[in-house]
Amino acid sequence: MKSVWIITKRELNSFFDSLMAYILIVVFLGFSGFFTWIQGSDVFFINQATLQSFFSIAYWTLFFFIPALTMRSIAEEKKTGTIEMILTKPISERQFVFGKFLAILLLIVVALALTLPYYITLAGLGKVDHSAILFGYLGLLLMSAAYISIGIFTSCLTNNQIVAFLLALCIGVFFHILFDVFSYGIPGFLSKAFHYLSMSTHFESISRGVLDSKDLIYFLSIIALGLGSSELFLSKKD
Amino acid sequence: MDIKLENVTKIYGIQKAVDNLSFEVKTGEILGFLGPNGAGKTTTMKAISCYLDLNHGEIKVGDMSVTKNPEKVKRHIGYLPENNPLYIDMTIIDYLRFVAQLQGIPAPMVNNRIYEMIQVCGLKGEKHKKIRELSKGYKQRVGLAQALIHDPEVLILDEPTTGLDPNQIVEIRELIKKIGKEKTVILSSHILAEVEATCDRILIINKGKIVADGTSEELRKQAQGEEILKIEILGGDRNEIYRSLQALDTVRLVDFSDQEENIFEVESKKGMQSAKNIFNLCAERNWYIGQLTPVETKLEDVFREVTSN
Repeated sequence: MKSVWIITKRELNSFFDSLMAYILIVVFLGFSGFFTWIQGSDVFFINQATLQSFFSIAYWTLFFFIPALTMRSIAEEKKTGTIEMILTKPISERQFVFGKFLAILLLIVVALALTLPYYITLAGLGKVDHSAILFGYLGLLLMSAAYISIGIFTSCLTNNQIVAFLLALCIGVFFHILFDVFSYGIPGFLSKAFHYLSMSTHFESISRGVLDSKDLIYFLSIIALGLGSSELFLSKKD
Repeated sequence: MDIKLENVTKIYGIQKAVDNLSFEVKTGEILGFLGPNGAGKTTTMKAISCYLDLNHGEIKVGDMSVTKNPEKVKRHIGYLPENNPLYIDMTIIDYLRFVAQLQGIPAPMVNNRIYEMIQVCGLKGEKHKKIRELSKGYKQRVGLAQALIHDPEVLILDEPTTGLDPNQIVEIRELIKKIGKEKTVILSSHILAEVEATCDRILIINKGKIVADGTSEELRKQAQGEEILKIEILGGDRNEIYRSLQALDTVRLVDFSDQEENIFEVESKKGMQSAKNIFNLCAERNWYIGQLTPVETKLEDVFREVTSN
């Protein structure tokens, strides 16, 4: 566990040393703030004390941002060769991958924590359903974790960041959009299967304020699958 | 801590990078690893450092197997990879701290070790610089510092002196020699003189196989075989001198080594020495010796002989 934290700490430092973290946070806050408060179906337009519009904006922005954060995580280490230096230290592939995962997840947590003023503002404007907001944040976190694990996996596959980014986005599109589309287009048993695989099914179910074990299992298995295959891929050393 | 390789084989595609390689390195020994490009040096070193899955064979560091117990083995190894990869956006101090923590050095000791490494590797003036700002030689020192920071019992250095200037090379060599007294060191290099100066034992591999193994003395003797003298005899006709030399009973072969001057290369018969006979011959004929030098086989020659085919 200590080794994981050492990796995470270094990774976070490098995020905040470069402009990456700040750009992400500023753009994320800008986007979500603009569409939550000013434009489109914003809080004042729907005239309800809910953060529903923020969650649906964040649902999309994070979908695009996360691959941009994960793309360099392992691809760059492979390119510069530092991965050889790391993996010949007393640390397992699992700890290494988990450390990277945790660092990016924490960065997302920071970005989401900075939207708490939205919640506070809203609480001043009307009667808020606190549990719905709590679960909305939980849904965003679980979704982010799932996409981070996918992004880290694609970053393991190549030493080119752009390839890693596009691959992560490709896989992401299936979960984000296509499985949902399939579930309407295909009849019978498959429709149900695709409906279950779709990210929006589970995200919406959670952000309605219901934490079903079905949803939790869905997110956790994507995370486990992504990180597990990354570990497997890294432990094959040629 | 001894290192023991047994029948190690690594295959890339259809090519055997390392072919049934077996050797042993004892504690306190500095092993120089030589070989032409693509001979399998780096592959072998990666394998010992737990960064390679083997197709066949086993590597033991101490009594731990590299394949079965990598986590434990890695604690005892300091490894400097070939291209010396470093996190270039970190400062030297931060980087060394990061590595020290990964190596599991207890927190109160970390600063001491970093300070010591900075002293030993001569990084004092640069310690707060980012690694990207350093010259190649300094980067190499940082690479060495990170390999040494946990005071490992086994050191694997893949071309440790590339990019260093002559002064630094001497310093690093001295450092390796000093460290090598109590530890097991394997270092690869393509500079033969360096290997000769630093290493107790030399291992030459070619196409994944050992082609020569021994101290530099042993290797030279092995390749040289018989005594060869380079001799200049003056005061007489060169053809006559040639014939007289050839007639000596200790001499196997005489060669002109120069077209114009009276310089010859005299190879003695097996186990015999010719200097005394030649001297007597000259005294008898009233010739005199201009120069007499034993021809030593250089390590370069050995290298070329065993690796060319």
